[in-house]
Amino acid sequence: MKLVEHFQYGLSSPICLTWELTYACNLACVHCLSSSGRRDPRELSTQECKAVVDELRRMQVFYVNIGGGEPTVRPDFWELLDYSIDHDVGVKFSTNGIKLDRKRADQLARTDYVDVQISLDGATAEINDQVRGPGSYATAVRALENLAEAGFAQPKISVVMTRQNVDQLDEFAAIAATFGAQLRITRLRPSGRGADVWDELHPLPSQQRQLYDWLVAHGDNVLTGDSFFHLSAYGEALPGLNLCGAGRVVCLIDPVGDVYACPFAIHDQFLAGNVRSPGGFGEVWQNSALFTELRQPQTGGACRSCMHYDSCQGGCMAAKFFTGLPLDGPDPECVRGFGEAALAARDGSIAVPTSQVDHSRPGPRPRVPVTIGMPSLRGSAGGGPAMQPDKACETSPLVGMPGDPSDSRLRVPAAGS
Amino acid sequence: MAPSSDVESTDTDEPLAEETLVEEVSIDGMCGVY
Amino acid sequence: MSTSAAPGPGGAALDPAAFDPAAFDPAAFDPAAPFRCSPKVAVRPESFGALVYHFGTRRLSFLKTPELVDVVSGLEHHPSVHAAIEAAGVEQSQRPAYLRALAGLAANGTIEERS
Repeated sequence: MKLVEHFQYGLSSPICLTWELTYACNLACVHCLSSSGRRDPRELSTQECKAVVDELRRMQVFYVNIGGGEPTVRPDFWELLDYSIDHDVGVKFSTNGIKLDRKRADQLARTDYVDVQISLDGATAEINDQVRGPGSYATAVRALENLAEAGFAQPKISVVMTRQNVDQLDEFAAIAATFGAQLRITRLRPSGRGADVWDELHPLPSQQRQLYDWLVAHGDNVLTGDSFFHLSAYGEALPGLNLCGAGRVVCLIDPVGDVYACPFAIHDQFLAGNVRSPGGFGEVWQNSALFTELRQPQTGGACRSCMHYDSCQGGCMAAKFFTGLPLDGPDPECVRGFGEAALAARDGSIAVPTSQVDHSRPGPRPRVPVTIGMPSLRGSAGGGPAMQPDKACETSPLVGMPGDPSDSRLRVPAAGS
Repeated sequence: MAPSSDVESTDTDEPLAEETLVEEVSIDGMCGVY
Repeated sequence: MSTSAAPGPGGAALDPAAFDPAAFDPAAFDPAAPFRCSPKVAVRPESFGALVYHFGTRRLSFLKTPELVDVVSGLEHHPSVHAAIEAAGVEQSQRPAYLRALAGLAANGTIEERS
């Protein structure tokens, strides 16, 4: 049995554990998956964080992905970094670069078992700062310069792909090359503040195709964090597990110790427990009701009969959840167009889930007018009959692609019909 | 039966003649990596 | 992890893409020599075998049989790879496959000769 099949049933410890250390952040990125900004007064203390590290060591978690908010704004960040590394848990942390001055860069270059990832969402300040705020591009570049000068080997640059930056893929690769960094591109999910801007920022179907083609042609050393497995249905599967690992291979520990199935699913429905409870993180990982349920064999639901199910596995659970789609149906960005059809068929009377966990700083937030489905589809927003496309050429993103003999002719029944 | 390679990468989807003993996995190839 | 010499500046010590099984020369692997698991490697038993993570290369491998897990973790206690395979109770017919697997693990740094 291949490893990925074993993964579906869960592991004794997570492999890619994400730990958000704080909800505090110096930035206010419009798409922040954790809706960060303000520190939560119930944040785990330094001692509590060390106790979590002790547990991770006992569980033999190989490494932890530390983020936030901006993890380096916690005064004890560097102490916790050293503590983790000294206790056999490697650290990979994600930062906007604000604290990576030359001194810290030198320190990191001398530290083993730590990887650094700098967030950047535009190859130019013009594009980047629209999403991450004025000055954020400069901050990221400065951090990359400091790391390069200090001799820190191969930081990562992590880019969230948006409608605005898909055309900059080559430039991102060039920036990475300039700084001796490795490029990582990831998918925008409608999570956290991302829900507010997803309609406006998520790549268009033609851009998904562009992205896929670029990865196939140039993506050899480009990491994706398995973000784009939903694009595997275009053809050649992209490298990676190609499956949702929530609660099985990955999970999130949030700044107040809540354990969620996935960092993109910060919502009560995906809350498995809290590390402050008896048995700590280990107990939650091994025995929580939510994770046990997620580790049951997945049937694939409505997607099961699509010939591409084996490569896309129905896509991203969080993306479906936060766009109000059923979890056993297509991903909203299903490359066969079934997601668009499902979005159009959403009954306007059912509210799209929103998370109560919001640490955004007060102030005006960009709002996007809610659109239901594509303008060209039939069915009124007020809830007309559930419509299905009757010909692939009307809605499929593959229209115009030379020959689509793989069309399964599957038409997905609309939710509730 | 001629044995096939015993180290496979999950990055390829070549069918294998028999069960291998070691499989390599990309740690980046898992959703949720920060 | 806390005992080995640091591989160099922080961050990835090796390019994970550099390992090419096709380029590995099996003749370089000497199963008559004493071996051990690399100190840079963590082996974590699972129900289906074990997960192995190499902190230097950031590579994750999966050992798919309990016998192979026993061989790998037993290496340091035996005078040779052959002896470790014997001690783990590997069937004769399987031993060539095990040797090839171990040669691959030597190539990717999971196991190494010891003095």
